[in-house]
Amino acid sequence: MPKADQIILIGGSAGSYNLIVDIIEALPLVFKPAIVVIIHRNPKYSTRIEELLSNRLNRTILQATDKEAILSNTIYFAGPGYHLLVEPDHTFSLDLSDFIQFSRPSIDVLFESAADSYGKECVGFLLSGANKDGTNGLLHIQYQGGKVYVQSPDEALIATMPESAIDVNKEATVYNNQEILSYFSRLK
Amino acid sequence: MVKLTTSLISFAELEEIVVLLQNASGFDFSGYSKSSLKRRIQRIMDLERMDVVDLKNAIINVESFQGFLINEITVNVTEMFRDPKYYATLVSEVFPYLETYPRLKFWSAGCSTGEEVYSLAILLEEYGLYNRSFIYGTDINSVVLETARKAIYPLKKIKTYSENYIASGAKNSLSDYYTARYDAAIINADIRKNILFSQHNLVSDYTFNEFQFISCRNVLIYFDLELQKKVFDLFYESLSEFGFLCLGSKERLVNHDIISKFKVINKEFNIYQKIK
Ligand SMILES: C[S@@+](CC[C@H](N)C(=O)[O-])C[C@H]1O[C@@H](n2cnc3c(N)ncnc32)[C@H](O)[C@@H]1O
Repeated sequence: MPKADQIILIGGSAGSYNLIVDIIEALPLVFKPAIVVIIHRNPKYSTRIEELLSNRLNRTILQATDKEAILSNTIYFAGPGYHLLVEPDHTFSLDLSDFIQFSRPSIDVLFESAADSYGKECVGFLLSGANKDGTNGLLHIQYQGGKVYVQSPDEALIATMPESAIDVNKEATVYNNQEILSYFSRLK
Repeated sequence: MVKLTTSLISFAELEEIVVLLQNASGFDFSGYSKSSLKRRIQRIMDLERMDVVDLKNAIINVESFQGFLINEITVNVTEMFRDPKYYATLVSEVFPYLETYPRLKFWSAGCSTGEEVYSLAILLEEYGLYNRSFIYGTDINSVVLETARKAIYPLKKIKTYSENYIASGAKNSLSDYYTARYDAAIINADIRKNILFSQHNLVSDYTFNEFQFISCRNVLIYFDLELQKKVFDLFYESLSEFGFLCLGSKERLVNHDIISKFKVINKEFNIYQKIK
């Protein structure tokens, strides 16, 4: 698989898990971008989400590994306990610095570094969650010319995260769950 | 158009800062992971309310700034008994080999404020190995080494450290190894005794001894693959035959021929043994 020319980031926290599963199920088998999912998870209970979902959905889902190339047609999850960053040569790197918005991995950290590295080929989705992580990250993606989508607070199980993003960021596109799923099912 | 409030540094400007810093101070950050380095520099610019021009001026003209910058660039987050199961694995899979040596030398490279070194010392003490052991703790950052030497940690942190210690399969209570005063704890003298902390830069300094055990945890994630290779060579040279190399839980010995000279002792915690 070649390196991906486009990266689609999905950030979620409390209340986003089921929608993320639906998104992965909606994806066609073949698509061009790399998809990177980041959800806040407790390192003390580091359930192997990747394995679990791989088996359940019958497709390969990887945990993003330090210094590995970001490949086209591949679904990655950010592992627990470390910040995940994207490098300008389109590889991943990990970092153990302080929590950002009470989170490590933090959505802001991933989104900002991916925006700097992929420019307008970076797309960000922000879903349900109980804190404000992701707001700065989405701003940064837009600043670098990328597109951003926020789950409609009416449909988010916990609306704090999408509301915070929309408050600060009037240009974000708000999508309901159906629109989100259809975006991913039509991905090429 | 979306506007951001702070002054941002680009990757191109980051390269300029790296070159400037190398010329001015001799510290070479060119092999560091770019995005994480950029975040660190951006953080300093935000804290000091500087733009890139201010930053360059300060590097060239303000004498104390270089040292400050180098210490602020590095990420020093650490814990005692971080990854408790790693320590349990050391006891079960590495200590049995170490018992056969009359004298043991350990190197903790990138030891930050010393917690990793004291964790190791405590385990060695518990398994009757500490009297024949000596541990070298090194780091590029002189400020964290000062803390490591003092061996004083806030009680708030000690609480987490105790939980980690228990999760590692503890024999005792962590409080057996420190003395608490007010809101801080100092590690006891009998644990501090066989340890030396000194400055060592993995990018530019050479090997300084031969070790039966090297741990370098959560340092290599900050290095690109080329620099990682160079550091693996340094470790290889610094290990005695059948010596152990322990990396962080997300760091593997890959992309390097030297892997053939090591045996994997534990895959989950990236513990290797030099066999050739
Ligand atoms: C995240 S801490 C890891 C501390 C400890 N080993 C652990 O795992 O908890 C990384 C340490 O590596 C040090 N470091 C970074 N670059 C280095 C270099 N070139 N040479 C030596 N140490 C370095 C930093 O100063 C920092 O203290």
